Amino acid sequence: MSDQSDTVESGKATRSVVLAGVGGQGTILAANLLANALVAHGYDVKTSEVHGMAQRGGSVISMVRFGDVVASPLVPMGEADALLGTELLETLRNLEFLAAQGKVIASRTRVDPLPVLQGTSEYPTDAEERIISLWPDSIIVDAPAIAAEAGDARAANTVLLGILSLALPVGVDEWLAVIEKLVKAKAVEANRNAFLVGRELSENR
Amino acid sequence: MAERKLMTGNEAVAMAALDAGVLFASAYPGTPSTEILEVFSRQEGVYAEWAPNEKVALEAVVGASLGGVRSLAAMKHVGLNVAADPWFTLPYIGVSGGLVVANADDPGMHSSQNEQDNRYYAKAAKVPMLEPSDSQEAYDLTREAYRMSERYDTPVMLRLTTRVCHSRSLVERAAPERPARVPYAKDEVKRVMIPGHARLRHPIMVERLAEMEEHSNEFSFQRTERGAGDAVVITAGVAYQYVKEAFPGVSILKLAMTNPMPRGLISEFCEQFSDVYVVEELEPYMEETVASLGLYPKGKSGVPRVGELNVDNVRDAFPELAKATGSYTPSHPSHVEGLPARPPILCAGCPHRGIMYALARQKAIIAGDIGCYTLSVLPPLSAHDCQVCMGASVTMGHGLEKAMELELGESEEEERGTHMVVSVLGDSTFFHSGVTGLMEMAYNRGRYTVVILDNRTTAMTGFQDHPGTGMTLQGEPTVTVDIEMLARSLGIENVRVVDPYDLEQCSSVLSEEMNRDAPSVIISRRACVLREKTRREPYAISREECNDCGLCMRIACPALVKRGEEVTILADACTGCGVCAQVCRREAIKVG
Repeated sequence: MSDQSDTVESGKATRSVVLAGVGGQGTILAANLLANALVAHGYDVKTSEVHGMAQRGGSVISMVRFGDVVASPLVPMGEADALLGTELLETLRNLEFLAAQGKVIASRTRVDPLPVLQGTSEYPTDAEERIISLWPDSIIVDAPAIAAEAGDARAANTVLLGILSLALPVGVDEWLAVIEKLVKAKAVEANRNAFLVGRELSENR
Repeated sequence: MAERKLMTGNEAVAMAALDAGVLFASAYPGTPSTEILEVFSRQEGVYAEWAPNEKVALEAVVGASLGGVRSLAAMKHVGLNVAADPWFTLPYIGVSGGLVVANADDPGMHSSQNEQDNRYYAKAAKVPMLEPSDSQEAYDLTREAYRMSERYDTPVMLRLTTRVCHSRSLVERAAPERPARVPYAKDEVKRVMIPGHARLRHPIMVERLAEMEEHSNEFSFQRTERGAGDAVVITAGVAYQYVKEAFPGVSILKLAMTNPMPRGLISEFCEQFSDVYVVEELEPYMEETVASLGLYPKGKSGVPRVGELNVDNVRDAFPELAKATGSYTPSHPSHVEGLPARPPILCAGCPHRGIMYALARQKAIIAGDIGCYTLSVLPPLSAHDCQVCMGASVTMGHGLEKAMELELGESEEEERGTHMVVSVLGDSTFFHSGVTGLMEMAYNRGRYTVVILDNRTTAMTGFQDHPGTGMTLQGEPTVTVDIEMLARSLGIENVRVVDPYDLEQCSSVLSEEMNRDAPSVIISRRACVLREKTRREPYAISREECNDCGLCMRIACPALVKRGEEVTILADACTGCGVCAQVCRREAIKVG
């Protein structure tokens, strides 16, 4: 039995990013890059991710939390500092995680879910306007196109991380080192470029 | 300070097993536990294997322990149902090398058919149980579990949950141990459970339980945190993390060892407080013990008994405690109303699609099973009638077919055929627990049809090998179970193989075998498209020939999209399987 009367109060200064997308879009890797960059900078970090059946084209979210001492791996509603969306409908679906002073960083990517493919449901074509009207500071870009220009459309999520990176105290060198360490060797160059283009995009706004 | 690395709970368990000197590990893949064995198997100097099922895995691990080395079995919650037979007698015979069962519950059923609370398995089998709340504890408690196992001569349950398994947090590893092999010594009175021997062993287990409760009272990982106020929260596992944020600064008794429950510690610490709360996921497991101590805890009167916990629902469970601790609830208006749902679906080119479509059109009762193909239950395929657990398709089909016959009077012979039964299961599920069912079908003269969807892998959990792939976990060639020969050797004469991309073949073979007055097996064989990444020329719809009938939409392929009345094929998503082209009655769907 151990007595922890002087336990550091956790949770207070914890910051959070929610990553939302569709199974197969690579949100787990993106969350892992972000989490490791934050660790490299010295934060306590916790993440949460989805495996298994839900991945077969279903909605998926990953969460990354950081601070001095992080308790819950799950982000409470209304407390995320940023919502990183790799698909617009999924971005819209997860807005309730976002804090009033948070912002959306999303790709203008549309992946139709089965009810839309089947013609029984409408895709919310005004998703982008709805997001901007609620969180005017949000940044929505065509991430796969930007990534393609930087070398490989599959590095789309890394463009979004580049945009997000300006809001975090993690240095560019720390980011690039993490990309080099965690991304498959043949994809490092494309992801590096995608990250830098994203960061530049954010700087110019 | 040693390097701290981000690890999932599963990785932490694997690395702790390595550092504890575990040499043998076995598992059957199952979300959320799968990566424990995958990560462990990649380490130097250890042996790991995929077993056909969890019972086999645990029994092999028992053998390895008796062989004198530390060993590990990993499984999801329902896996322990399969392994329950060895689970309950293993504590009677005890261990030689330390033995830990890493068992992962899935509150919220992210990827499971139920959300049973496996803590009761530890209690029912008199097995000590440890519950980590993050990856560091997953590491530390795994190390502790091996010491405890050898000290008390018992298996130990490491009880994980999805949010421990699949959350990453920082882990600092401790110095590795290299335990010596425990020399083999024959001891049949301890290890052969004939009734006379078992009667000697059971009292020892009961005595041991009392010793272990003392251990639980003194265990260094049981934490007390003194805060302000008259309330204390008793919690364990990941729920502890939610309590920390939901009720900041509250006094906490955080348990890491939850069987035996530390009744002395609970009484001693909690008597200092006027209000005792229990926050735990799923069943009131701890609450029952706390209540038995006369502490009148508030638990499941507020905390949900179903689904997963989080900071929000823990805070909402006890508003008075949230108020007393100054807990803050930010506003979070929902924007989900009216949004289309996004259920998981069979991939474009999935080999299950063709055969399940052909099957759905046969108007049979389809007894289904557990795997990606269960997704075919969703409309428009709607190709499952019932499903319970791994392998049950074959045996439920047997009972269904017999029942249909029993219902049938002599004079109603013509009704047969409207109640035909087909069982459907995947290759990995078949090897897991479908084989004995097939024996039942043959031995007890079933006359239905079993369809085995042989996609050459365990797809749902991430492409693990199994006895039918010809590869071991290490990717080395091994023998391949021949399903055709196996079925024939069981006494089933009618065994056919079809290509699920060939709808006409699927339909005609299904119809022939279903109408046969004998048991039959159809093997639908084609490798998982997601794993093989095979792509042929994509198909396209000719506008001249298409009359917008929408028939092709019934196969529920994510490469087909209907806008207004017009259906088009998304060339990027199409893998060229050609199933939609075979469904079309106007030959409007062609390559290119």
